[in-house]
Amino acid sequence: MDRRDFLTLAPSRKKTAKKVNTSRTFSGLNPYTGEWGRAQVVHLLKRCMFGAAPADVKHFEAMTLDQAVDALLQPNANTPAPPVNNYGADTTGVAAGAPWVLAPEGDEDLNDDRRASYKAWWTGVMLNQERTMHEKLVLFWHNHFATETQTIGDARFMYKHNVMLRNNALGNFKTLAKEVTIDPGMLVYLNGYLNEKTAADENYARELLELFTCGKGPDSLYQEEDVRAAAHVLTGYKVDKVAITSYFDATKHDITNKQFSSWFSNKVITGKTGEMGTTELDDMLGIIFQQHEVAKFICRKFYQFFIYYEIDQNAEENVITPLADIFRTGNYEIKPLLAALLKSEHFYDPLNMSCLIKSPVDFTVGLCREFGVQFAPAANYAQAYPQWRALQNAAATQQQNIGDPPGVSGWDAYYLAPQFHELWINTDTLPKRTSMADRLITTGFSSGGATLQIDPLIFTEQLADPSDPVALINDALSILYRMGISDAMKTYLKTNILLKNQNQDYYWTQAWNAYKAAPGDAMARGLVVSMLKDLYHAIMNMSEYHLA
Amino acid sequence: MKRRDFLKYTAPAAILPSFINGFAVKAFGGSPLLAALEATATDNDHVLVMIQLNGGNDGLNMVIPLDQYDKYQAARTNIAIPTGNVLKLTGQTKTGLHPAMTGLRDMYDDGHVSIIHSVGYPSPNFSHFRATDIWLSGSDANTVLETGWGGRYLDTEYPGYPDAYPNAEMPDPLAIQIGSIVSPSFVGNGGNMGMAVTSATDFYDLIEGREQDVPNTRAGKELKYIRLIQKQTNRFADAIKAAASKVTNQRTYPANNYLGEQLKIVARLVGGGLKTRLYMVSIGGFDTHASQVNSGDTTTGSHAQLLKNISDAVRTFTEDLRDMKKSQRVVGMTFSEFGRRIKSNGSMGTDHGASAPMIIFGDYVNQQVLGNTPTMPDAASAIDNIPMQYDFRSVYASLLEQWFCVKPADLNTIMLNNYQSLPLINGLACSVVTGVPGVNDDDVLVTNYPNPFTRKTVVSYKSRGGHTMLQVFDTMGRLMATLTDRVHVAGNYTVDFETDLPAGVYYIRLQNGAVQQVRTMLKVR
Repeated sequence: MDRRDFLTLAPSRKKTAKKVNTSRTFSGLNPYTGEWGRAQVVHLLKRCMFGAAPADVKHFEAMTLDQAVDALLQPNANTPAPPVNNYGADTTGVAAGAPWVLAPEGDEDLNDDRRASYKAWWTGVMLNQERTMHEKLVLFWHNHFATETQTIGDARFMYKHNVMLRNNALGNFKTLAKEVTIDPGMLVYLNGYLNEKTAADENYARELLELFTCGKGPDSLYQEEDVRAAAHVLTGYKVDKVAITSYFDATKHDITNKQFSSWFSNKVITGKTGEMGTTELDDMLGIIFQQHEVAKFICRKFYQFFIYYEIDQNAEENVITPLADIFRTGNYEIKPLLAALLKSEHFYDPLNMSCLIKSPVDFTVGLCREFGVQFAPAANYAQAYPQWRALQNAAATQQQNIGDPPGVSGWDAYYLAPQFHELWINTDTLPKRTSMADRLITTGFSSGGATLQIDPLIFTEQLADPSDPVALINDALSILYRMGISDAMKTYLKTNILLKNQNQDYYWTQAWNAYKAAPGDAMARGLVVSMLKDLYHAIMNMSEYHLA
Repeated sequence: MKRRDFLKYTAPAAILPSFINGFAVKAFGGSPLLAALEATATDNDHVLVMIQLNGGNDGLNMVIPLDQYDKYQAARTNIAIPTGNVLKLTGQTKTGLHPAMTGLRDMYDDGHVSIIHSVGYPSPNFSHFRATDIWLSGSDANTVLETGWGGRYLDTEYPGYPDAYPNAEMPDPLAIQIGSIVSPSFVGNGGNMGMAVTSATDFYDLIEGREQDVPNTRAGKELKYIRLIQKQTNRFADAIKAAASKVTNQRTYPANNYLGEQLKIVARLVGGGLKTRLYMVSIGGFDTHASQVNSGDTTTGSHAQLLKNISDAVRTFTEDLRDMKKSQRVVGMTFSEFGRRIKSNGSMGTDHGASAPMIIFGDYVNQQVLGNTPTMPDAASAIDNIPMQYDFRSVYASLLEQWFCVKPADLNTIMLNNYQSLPLINGLACSVVTGVPGVNDDDVLVTNYPNPFTRKTVVSYKSRGGHTMLQVFDTMGRLMATLTDRVHVAGNYTVDFETDLPAGVYYIRLQNGAVQQVRTMLKVR
């Protein structure tokens, strides 16, 4: 399909679209059977991974749509090795280069060091993601079950929380919700460990209903009494700083019966004594998950994260509703939900392409992955961690600091109407994004004796025919942009940028061939690199580059 | 400062480029250095407009050697301009202009044009890209500079940029490029100091607040939003709009003339009071390997059209500025990455060559033809090039000295060398009167004996005192030897030139202050 076709409605649709907003969708959850080509593959990868790296594009282009989605839904084959001491002196005795995740807690300064190590490590895991959507889902769940490392304090809990999200990211949502509830990091973050029968703390119970399961939609009708009841169910959970885990203290648990509201059919959870007290959580999740609103709420969050922030009436009826049915009847398994969504007509609807503003993490990590920016290997922690950290800092200054979203609701861009994703882009963050891209394509970031920089040859060498400037630009744009640009703009990129105002295409071909014939010739290589840098620089400077 | 250090210092600068409706903007974020600024700021409002002729302009068909017309005609039988059609210049018998350039001829006759013969540099590069880099950076043929000559100038004028800019003293972009991405010429220590206006359309979109269409889709909505934010982050947008809005009435520029469109924007910004010092505009299509003239009439064809576009655009631009009473602020200059061969090829075109003439224009520009018509061989071969008479960096240095009033010490910092000063600009421009040494065309300043020679010849030369340089080039323009490069007292000198070079034509070039002379030497077996 010509990429420009995405931007216009099919003729048959135009008729029905006349009276309504032309940007509303009409497609539903039926399996997509249309063209499966570069545009669809890049769309899928940009949404499900961090950027569409050329090698990944090639890899998935060789598959059918079903195969590609199924492959993306496989959990990672390897568990990432834990973060290590890259910060030097460790008062608990962790050697340089050794993991700190099971060491004693140490003081606040040490945990600051470890927090930085943890965030760098997480960025490294994203950069080195496998060909699955596993890492994107970890970020999704981090936004959904938001916690802040500044509150958690203990870096080991931060890491453990991250591992818990990763272990369940493609599993069962109900299980995940339970794991989150008794996760030590979350118990600290929302005061669950202070929630005792004598003085119930409702903090977590409220967020469990409002943010994590039922949501705040018009059909979510839980009551204050439900918050209170849930808080009492959750009394008695504590954290163990030595074992780095949580545990249940039955003596702190409220053993009275818990009465829920009429929205929950006036269910009562019978108070239990001793270790049996922990089964009350299962009982309560059973009650909550009977609400159809739970599945709908989660499906909407997936929709807003992976498709677009606005859910129009068609999408609510023909996507969210059937998707929630799949989710609920499948006992809240995450994979069938995502498989249905990512294989649907709706996902590949041209109207849903190119409309997702890249989040800062997607922008920074995706940029490095697409251009194949070379980071030091993880084993070389002294160099790798500062490099990962530099990238993480860049995303943080662009207002997405992993591990520390603004609050328990996650990042504003995913819930604050009406702007939603547009909140990522403002007069402060946009220059920062562009500045980062500029630095990477020009001088690079120097840290740890190494320079983090885009080598434009790495990306270019993976294109089909880099010697032809027209093919080069078309091919590069088919990966770097999701929107078509005008022929005039393409000519501009070719003649005024790549060819530095020369009119003859063969000057590029000559330069490229000269480089290919003698890759070691510094002059030949330098010329090609400077021409490509100008090209990619211009491409990254345009508004289109911020859309996925 | 070492050249490599530029990179280091560039790194921490926060570069904030963006496109606004495809309107590319480069600007920088900030630290104050106003004290240094006061120390070096010049109190003139002079502007230099650089017109880049992309592709390598065939200078020999633009500025035609009437005194060597037979050799010219013989070397270019299929493309030579008939002698009767060549435009005569007031007071000039040896040099004429292409018949399409009536506008520049008139400006010359009015006394506002300098034509400089055979501008190049030793050992020229024949690649468009490398040669362009050399011209924009002001480097030697064998060195790579990370900064541009314009950027280095702006560094001395506005030290510390981009920190604390824009400010009250300099609220405007330091340099503006129209028609492309920001020129490497504008790269200074703090990164690129220029701003690019991608095209006339984008420029008018900006000043008239128009927006490019986006599709009526979700993607279009988001694209429109991002573009809006990009527009808001363009720190110079308001300054440019304000300047442009002050000019409501301009001359009618020649139709279908892209250079004219660009110069119209420059005139509007200068006329509106923008303090920007450097403008770069460009016109492409000079890579005339084939069919640069029409076979029936060599005064027409693609090259003629290009020269007409330049001449017409520059004339209207000058008149426009004069209407606005701003022409005294502006000097313009044409340059190209190289000239073309002396001999034309079989497809009625010319291949990549070496030196070429430059044209400088403006109210303060001295009326003159600098240098001699190019020394041409009796029977040109395909590889013969026009030997360099003037180094292009001498032109830059002279403009900086005489137009931007840069002090000699800074001049060396900017140009990274001590280049010959040429009398391009009236001394009133910087309130200093530069003595123009009168050179009688027939004075022989350099000669060699014997000539032809087999292995050794004695070069005799006359110095008026001061810096004196004697260089030997081959016909490809490569620097073969530097026989003298020192300060002399006035007098006559000799130096031996002994060489194992292959037999053939060589050029001996004398440079002494503003004076230069090139003569042919013939080595035989």
